Order: sequence, then structure tokens, then C-alpha cells
Amino acid sequence: MRTLVLAVLLVLFAAFSASADPGPVTITIRDHAFVPAEVKIPAGAKVELTIRNEQTVPAEFESASLHREKVMSPGSAVSVYVGPLRPGRYEFFDDFHPATRGVVIVE
Amino acid sequence: MLAAAIIVFREVLEAALIVGIVMAATQGVPNRTFWVGGGIVGGALGAVVVAGFAETLAAAMAGVGQEVFNAAILFAAVAMLGWHNVWMRRHASELAGAANRLGAAVRAGAQPLWALAFAVGLAVLREGSEVVLFLYGIAAAGQDGAGAMASGGALGLIAGVAAGAAIYFGLVHIPMRHLFSVTSWLILLLAAGMASQAAAFLLQADLLPALGQSLWDTSFLLSEHSLTGRVLHTLIGYTAQPAGIQLVFYLATLLIIGTMMRLVGSPPRAARPNRPAAAPPAGLQPGE
Repeated sequence: MRTLVLAVLLVLFAAFSASADPGPVTITIRDHAFVPAEVKIPAGAKVELTIRNEQTVPAEFESASLHREKVMSPGSAVSVYVGPLRPGRYEFFDDFHPATRGVVIVE
Repeated sequence: MLAAAIIVFREVLEAALIVGIVMAATQGVPNRTFWVGGGIVGGALGAVVVAGFAETLAAAMAGVGQEVFNAAILFAAVAMLGWHNVWMRRHASELAGAANRLGAAVRAGAQPLWALAFAVGLAVLREGSEVVLFLYGIAAAGQDGAGAMASGGALGLIAGVAAGAAIYFGLVHIPMRHLFSVTSWLILLLAAGMASQAAAFLLQADLLPALGQSLWDTSFLLSEHSLTGRVLHTLIGYTAQPAGIQLVFYLATLLIIGTMMRLVGSPPRAARPNRPAAAPPAGLQPGE
């Protein structure tokens, strides 16, 4: 019985921690690079990505797999909500400077 | 310079393809250059205004102003294209009945152009605002080769316009009898693709459920970012990793416009029993 209770608690805890809001993740675009270029978020959760364009030129945060496309003025910040997502790699890039790339890793 | 050329080309391409198809669809219509040209100029002016308010727009509606704005523009364009198709269908029998190019052109001349002009304006506005923002950013940043970037931008613009001209000259080679059914199909697919894009923006704004993040992934076959991928993205709404909601909007648009073309668009025969049977078939009623 005690094992069962423990197991139920564990499952509940796991479920709760998986759906818990991991808080906003900030990505900065600086000198044509995403910093950090790799962010990890939990599967099955909705996560707010705050993207700051610290450049003097506009940027367009875009991702085909995340279905996101957002134009950003120089010096501006935007919020992009992603998820809930299945585990995997979701690449994004700056459509105004396609060599600028990054990836959201969902696990 | 090449980077700027490629980016401007990409943005111009979509609008240019739409203009090319619209020009083909209005073959033989008097004043079409005025209407379509007006749409392009209006859209370009609007693009400058939208680019100027980009920051305000992005911050509007709790941060989803840009998404809602894009979706609204796309839906308005879908409505305009759909309306045009219903009109063309209503008059299709007259157009098909015309034995020669001149006859068809004369009959097509009754075609009202405001809907297509508006659709062109919206396409130019949406794509153009990104071009303006991009080029303005480069100009404002100054120093690092703004002149080269500007000539790159001009090159991209010319290449995009050339692509639009290519589709136009390809289409007008089609015999007039078939031209309007071909352009109707193209416009229908164009509209469905726009509706799917609009759904993606509303999904991004969290106003619609995804109904499946990626139904499939064909990016290994054809990347959306390749030239072919981009052309097909505009023409038929090709998306390598579509969300479920995009497919729903795509199919719903095909179904709704297709059904309206059948129901509303069929030339009224039984609906007007009082009309003398001997009336010339080409005689358009006022207000039609």
C-alpha cells in the first residue's frame, strides 16, 4: 500500500513538474547571432520566448517547424509563445539574415 | 549586396507572382493597367506607412498586433480573390462561348476590377512593408556598405518583377477560351494558400489551436526556403510542415469558394423565368 501511495505521488509529481511553467526564456540577437543559440524547454509545456533584437538593423524571427514569423524593429523585444511541443529539435533563424540560426530543443 | 538582393527578391516574389496572375486574369479588360497599377502604388504607399508603425503594430493587442494585422490582410485578400472567382464563374459561359480572342476579351471587359486591384494592393502592402523595414534598417545603420545594399535591393526588386512577368507571359500564351478557367484555378489555390498562411498567424497569436503542430514534414523533399518552395508556397500554399489548423483553413477555403462558384456563380437561368427566351445570351443585365 505504501509503495502504491508513493508511486501515485511520484506520478503526480512528475506530471506536475512537466506541466509547470518553466518561465520565460530570453534570446538576444546581437551582431547577427542568437545568444544563446540553443535553448532547452520541456516537452508538453507552453513557453514564452522573449526575443530581444539588440542590433541597429531589423530582424525577423522565423521558424518553419514552430510556425513562427515575427518582424522586429532595431532595439525592440517581442514575446513568442511556443508549445506545447513534442520532444525534438525546432530550428529558427533571422529571415533578414538567414545565416543567423538557433534551435529550440524540446525534451 | 547579394544578401540584400536575395532578401528583397524573396519578399517581392510573392507579390509579383500575384500581380502576374491578376494581369493574366484580366487579359483584355480595358483600364486594367490603371486598376492593377493603382493597387501596386496604393500597396507600396501603405507598406511605407505600415513599416513606419511597425513597432506600434507589434506592441498592439497585447503583443499580437502584427499577427492579427497580417491575418486580417490575408483574409481580406482571400475574400477579394474569392469574389472575383465567383464573378468570373457567373460569366464563364459567355466567355467560353466567345469563339475568338477578341470576343472573349470584349466580354471579359465587363469584369469589375476593384476586387483584384484591392487584392494586389494587399499583397504589395504585406510583402512591401518587410522590404521597407529591411532596407530602412540598412540605410539607418549607415556605414557598412549601404550603397551596395541599396543596389542589391534594386537587383532583388528587378528579379522579383521579372518572375512576375514570366508567369504573366507564360499564362497569356494559353488560348483565351481556356485562359480564364486556368486563372480561376490559380486564383482559387492562391486564396487557399493565403487562408492557410492567415491561420498560421492566428495560431502564432494563440487565437487558434494548432490541431497538430506538424501534420507532416516534407522539408527533406522541398524546403520552403528554396526558390521552388517559395514559388509553390505562394502559388498553391505549399508548406513543408503544416499545422493541422492550416490544412483546415486551406480545405475550407477551397470548399467555400468552390461551392459559392457553383451556387452563386452559375449563370441564372431558371431563376429568371420572365426573361424572354430570345434574349441575346451575351446581354448583361445592369448590375450584373
